Amino acid sequence: MASSRTPTLADPKPSRLRIAGTLYRGNEGMWSWVLHRISGIGIYFFLLVHVLDTSLIRVSPEAYNAVIATYKNPIMGLGEVALVGAVVFHAMNGLRIIAVDAFPAATRIQRILFWVVIGLVIVLMAGFTPTHLANVFGEH
Amino acid sequence: MTATVESPRTPYAYPARSKGRRGPNLEKAGWIFMRASGVVLVVLIFGHLAYNLLFTPGGIQAIDFGFIGGKFANPLWQWWDVAMLWLAILHGSNGMRTIVNDYVHREPLRRIALGAIAASAFILIALGTLITFTFDPCPAGASADLLPSFCPIS
Ligand code: HEM
Ligand code: HEM
Repeated sequence: MASSRTPTLADPKPSRLRIAGTLYRGNEGMWSWVLHRISGIGIYFFLLVHVLDTSLIRVSPEAYNAVIATYKNPIMGLGEVALVGAVVFHAMNGLRIIAVDAFPAATRIQRILFWVVIGLVIVLMAGFTPTHLANVFGEH
Repeated sequence: MTATVESPRTPYAYPARSKGRRGPNLEKAGWIFMRASGVVLVVLIFGHLAYNLLFTPGGIQAIDFGFIGGKFANPLWQWWDVAMLWLAILHGSNGMRTIVNDYVHREPLRRIALGAIAASAFILIALGTLITFTFDPCPAGASADLLPSFCPIS
């Protein structure tokens, strides 16, 4: 246990940003874990389908072009923004997990790092979304 | 004084700390693999999305059989895709294994779920690798306007 000589971190204070009424009112750590898990599962199931649709290049040009055409309609276009958002979040949060595990300095600021992750996701998606939506909805 | 704490781990995980354990520590290898593959996947997947959806004029609208023909004419993209395929499937399947161990506690069901994950991983890695390296950009009999521009006109 912590003696007076071993420096320990102060007990984490409960965040004020709690959502009242949920069963387990966790802090940033809980939400990053939930989002990491859900995004990972979502990407996994997309990838299962994606490898199958790509493998149609071995069937015929017509077969491949027919499935990839379904990626080009507006509803799928919005779904692709969600997919890329999930990938970007999972990637940035994954790097945060790796840093928090590897570097004590990162562990000390893990709660701030969660908000850094959210900031990076917003910046990266602000770069991606206008170009993608212009391609989905624009003239072609 | 030492206190013994009952293992708080999920009982299905490889018993890394148990006294009688022999052989390599597979859970630790998996833990390291998730981190190593994660770092590489950031580069591979961000590169994949940036090239296909942002840098290519038209983005998603430009993707078709001819687009892939042009891309796979460069072996760099073939190896890029195969590396991405192996790492993403192995990383995702190992992550799904963790999640199944967390939530599925009925033994026959858990075994079926883990078996399905392993079988899907094996089939998709084999299929994806095969189609990438046996890809024919100019299949005989296909209409020329669906093919990349470098195909001989027949
Ligand atoms: C883009 C780069 C990626 C990075 C940096 C990354 C990072 C990570 C890390 C570090 C973990 C381990 C978390 C832990 O041990 O607590 C993890 C878990 C996971 N990853 Fe990824 N990953 C990436 C891409 C992917 C992809 C493409 C998929 C799906 C095919 C995926 C699916 C999962 C799943 C299902 C888990 C388990 C989540 C859990 O146990 O709650 N990841 N990821
Ligand atoms: C909407 C977003 C996406 C589009 C439009 C897209 C499109 C494509 C296209 C056209 C190919 C064929 C070859 C190539 O271009 O390199 C491909 C292959 C591939 N993609 Fe994606 N992709 C998307 C998202 C993703 C994501 C998020 C992942 C990772 C989890 C991924 C993983 C792969 C893999 C592994 C291959 C290679 C398959 C093989 O060679 O068997 N893609 N994708």
